[in-house]
This record gives sequence, C-alpha cells and structure tokens, in this order.
Amino acid sequence: MWLIKLAWKNIWRNRSRTLITMAAIFFAVILSVLTSSLQDGVFDNLVKNMVSFYSGYIQVHKKGYWDEQVLDNSFEASYKMEQSVLTDHNITAISPRLESFALASSAAITKGCLVVGISPEEENKITRLKEKITEGAYLQENDPGILLSEGLSKRLQLYLHDTIILIGQGYQGATAAGKYPVNGILKFGSPELNDKALFMTLPLAQDFYGAYNRLTSYVMALKDNSSLQKTSASIIDAGIGREYEVMTWEEMMPDVVQHIKTDTASSRIIQGILYLLICFGIFGTLLMMMVERKFEIGMLVAIGMKKIKLILLLLIESVITVVSGCLLGIIASMPVVWYLNRHPISLSGETAKIYERFGFEPVFPASTETIHFITQGLIVLMIGLVLSLYPMVKVIRVRPVLAMKR
Amino acid sequence: MQTVIDAHNVSKVYNADTIPVYAVNNVHLHLQKGEFTALVGPSGSGKTTLLNLIGGLDKPDSGNIIINGVDITTLSANELINFRLKNIGFVFQSFNLIPVLTAKENAEFILQLQKVHRKERIKRIEALFKQIGLSDKLNERPAKLSGGQQQRVAVARALASRPQFVLADEPTANLDSRSASNLLDIMARLNKEEGITFLFSTHDQRVIDRARRVITLVDGQISNDTAAVPVTHEAPVSTEKS
Repeated sequence: MWLIKLAWKNIWRNRSRTLITMAAIFFAVILSVLTSSLQDGVFDNLVKNMVSFYSGYIQVHKKGYWDEQVLDNSFEASYKMEQSVLTDHNITAISPRLESFALASSAAITKGCLVVGISPEEENKITRLKEKITEGAYLQENDPGILLSEGLSKRLQLYLHDTIILIGQGYQGATAAGKYPVNGILKFGSPELNDKALFMTLPLAQDFYGAYNRLTSYVMALKDNSSLQKTSASIIDAGIGREYEVMTWEEMMPDVVQHIKTDTASSRIIQGILYLLICFGIFGTLLMMMVERKFEIGMLVAIGMKKIKLILLLLIESVITVVSGCLLGIIASMPVVWYLNRHPISLSGETAKIYERFGFEPVFPASTETIHFITQGLIVLMIGLVLSLYPMVKVIRVRPVLAMKR
Repeated sequence: MQTVIDAHNVSKVYNADTIPVYAVNNVHLHLQKGEFTALVGPSGSGKTTLLNLIGGLDKPDSGNIIINGVDITTLSANELINFRLKNIGFVFQSFNLIPVLTAKENAEFILQLQKVHRKERIKRIEALFKQIGLSDKLNERPAKLSGGQQQRVAVARALASRPQFVLADEPTANLDSRSASNLLDIMARLNKEEGITFLFSTHDQRVIDRARRVITLVDGQISNDTAAVPVTHEAPVSTEKS
C-alpha cells in the first residue's frame, strides 16, 4: 500500500513530465482510434455502396445457379422461406428476383441485355433503385412498363414512352417474346449495369419467360455488415433446404474483397508508422524521467531498497500513467468519432464528381463500432506498458556508485 | 570491544588493463563499536571509494571487508542490498531525501522496507526526531526545510533502522557553519549516548576537530591513523582533535 502511495506521489512530483506522458498517450489513442474507425467506416461505406448497386449483402439461389446462371436453375417462390429468413433481426429486407438475358430491339438496333424481374417496393429497400431514375417514373406493382438503363437506352435509341421488343429463351426452352413501354430511364454508377440492365415487375418477367411463380434469387439487405457470416449461417440454420445456396457479397464480389484487403494492408503500414511515432513520444518522456531520477534510484538501492520493489514502484507509476492516458483518450475520441459518423468528411469539386459518377457517395464516415475503441486503446496500452520495461531494465542494471555520481 | 568493520588488504584498481590507478591500495582498517572516525585526505585520495567499499556499494578488486562477522565481498548484489538495509546507515553529501515524502515519511521509509510494524515505526521516528530536534517538522516536505534540517532528517533516516554503523560522505559539505555545527553536535551526542558508530569522509576541519579518530588517506593508502581512543558512553564528547 505504501508503495502505491509513493508511486502516486511520484507521479505528481513532476506534473509537467506526467502530463506530457499522459498527453502523448492520450493523443496517441485519439489518433489511433480515428485512423482505425475512419478506415473501417470508409470500407463499410464502400461495401454499402457496392451491395446497393445490385447484389445486396446476401443472396439465396438454387444450388448451382451462381456457376450457371440460367433459368433452368431457378426455384419456386416460397413465402414460407421469406418469412423464416426474416426472423433474423439483422436482415432488414428481402426481395425476390427473376434474372435472365434477352435480346432487346428498337426499330433498327438489337442488343443483348440483362432482364431483371423485381418486386418494386422490396427492391427499392435494397438497391434504392428509385433514386437512380433520371427520367420517367418508378415501377408500380403490376406495372406493364419497364425501366431502361441509360447506356442501353442510348444504344437502342429508345427513350421515355417508346416501346422495346424483347426476345429470348424462356424457362425450360420456351420462347420468350414481348413488347413493353419504357416507363423510366435509370442511371447506374457501375458502367456494366448502366449499359445492359432492364427492370420490370416480377409477374411481368415471369410471364415473359414462362417461369410462373419462379425466382432466380432472393436478395437481402442487412442492418450490420460485421455480422455477415453469422447471418448467412443463420439463414442456413433456418432450414431453407439443401437445394439452396446462400452467398454473401464477399463470395459474389471477390474483387471488392481483394481491394479492401490491399487497401487494409497499406493502411496497416500507415498505422504502423503512427504506432512508431507513439513509441518515440512515450519513450522520450521515459528517457527524460530516467535521466532525472537516476540519482534517486541509485540512492534508493544504496540505502537498501530491493530492486524488485523499485521495479514494482516504477511499474505502478507506469500503469497509472498509461492507463489514465488511454482511458482519457478513449473517452475523448468517442464524441469525435460520433461527430465524424454523423457528419462525415465530404469530398468536394472534381473528386466528388468522380465518386458520384461511379455511384459512390463522396463521403468518408467514421465507424462507431466499439471494437475500434477497445482494440486501439489496448494497442496503445500495450505499447506504453512494453516501453515501461525500459526503466525497469535500467533499474536491474543500476549500480548505486555510478548512478549517484554527479 | 566489538569490532564493527574489519578491512584486510583492500584494494580497488581502475583501468586495470591499461595504466592501473589504485583508488584504494592495500588498506587495513579496523573500527570498533562506538567510534567517531573521520576519513580525511586530499581530493582523489580514495576516501569516497573506501567508504563505498565499506558500505557495500562497490566491490574491491582484492581483500576482504568483514562487517559484524560477515565478509561482504562474498555477498551477491541482492544480498548486499539486504545487508545494507539491516546493517548500514547512509548520510550523503546532498541529503538525498525523497522530495515527495514528508520528513517523517522519509525516515519511516527505511522501516517500511524492513517491514517494521506501524506502531513501532511511529515510536522510533518520534523518538529520533526528538533527538534531532525536529519534532515540529515531522510533516514538512524536504523543500520546506533548510539544508541543515534536511541533513538532520537524513541522519534520522540513517539511524531509523538501528544500523551497526553510519557512513557519512562529506555530511557537512553543503551546510553553513551553524548548521554544520548543529549537525555535528547531534551526531556526537548520538555517538556518546547511544554508542552509534560513525565513519565520515570529510574535508571539513570542523568534523575533523570533533572526531575521536582521524584516518588520513593519501594515494589510496592510509598515511596516518591517530590512535583510536577507547570510547565509553560516559566519556564527554571531545571538541578537540584527539
């Protein structure tokens, strides 16, 4: 107890030194938490943008559909499955789709396109399709018209209220043909979708392909992407049956995963440099302390204080200083992260336009996940405690005669 | 008469591999309990080195130092720390009190290291502060005390553990003459009344004048050792050089 009392008094003996050490740790934690939460927030936003283009977070298909995307690999719509999947609280929306290819024609031009049959209201919850309308109106339930992507519209020279002719192969080899009015024009960030997508209501698509009551996928939106794997497993556990496959966006878009991995690696290097700076900051104050207290340490050993007690004394001093700095840093970083989550850093000018052109929001929000505060707080704490070993090593090596030389 | 310090052929050599410099050269020294001895000599004569060797702060290159029957040259670094704690009191030139502790806590510190019970600690400290005339300064921090008062607290700290002897390295060097005289009075009284053994290294004529025995070191060797005057607790403290 007296050792703790002495450590506490020692901490406040040189207020400025203690405050410098605590400030080094305090700012280190804030910087570290900010870097980590911004990085994660940006990736979360990227994923949110990517999945809202088209794929959703999770899709359920008939087994084998992802490898061979044909109508014969469709499955019968199941209201029961939709309801059982929705019991997972992380799933915020589920939308049925029937997708296939067809030839789209205007008077003189024909082009291959992706025909997607959707439930307009449910689809909008996942891909915010309504926001992508640049001309015309969004689909209503049982709407006889279609939505045409901007690129395809230009290529076919078909505009609002024109009629498009579709020809393709329907379910089980049937011939699919139909003509539909263009209800609206959509603009996608993704050039691939912008050049070939065509949306109609699900009943209309099922009728066109002769695939009555059939779907190619259920697409889902999630509340929290960090629970992606858990949610995917819960869908399987819900007993949807072995004939289905459940795929996450990570499995459907491995290139995005790879991009995040590469970007994470470079962020790690930046974070490593930050940790290195933190090390120098803390180590500088420790060096200063040891120079200042060298004589005192030599004297304490001379009068009979065991080195292990002296080490314990310094350890208590370090733990109090480092832990306080970390806790204060975590507390102070909370409102900053919260603010950056609510008011993300926004890009402006040409850069923002480029982001928007590709369908990305030009913002860098911070992630408010608790894990950032805990992990970064612990990392800085560990750095502080490991560096505190330096004074202890000096104590082990101290020779009172040399230490007390003026 | 009990021998407290018994040093045989003690040598300490620096630069042994190149040009050897003998800081202490083949010194024989015997100190009896109750002696009040000054170690004198010019700068670089080896006073502090000899004091460090006797205090177990440094190891001799040859020879033995037996304190209270224990050859301290054979002890490990950890054993030496423990030995110093129990047997030797130190008074340093620049007081070296712990600045964050009060005068009482500074003196009590040694007893806490010795794990002495709180009641016994308080009893001892209060008695010691009465002896050094600082009963009213128990709760003052070192910064609030004069140099002389700080050195008296350092003496109290050195004596709190009831050591076999006290080593004082230039204890009056940083004091004005009044404080130095006051301090010497206290140490002489403790020597006389409690039979505490003191060994000083000093340049200060006032200390030399009060010492019962004066050992002169020149080039690491004892060049003169005034006859040790047998000490009895009843004998008056001499203010003259023996």
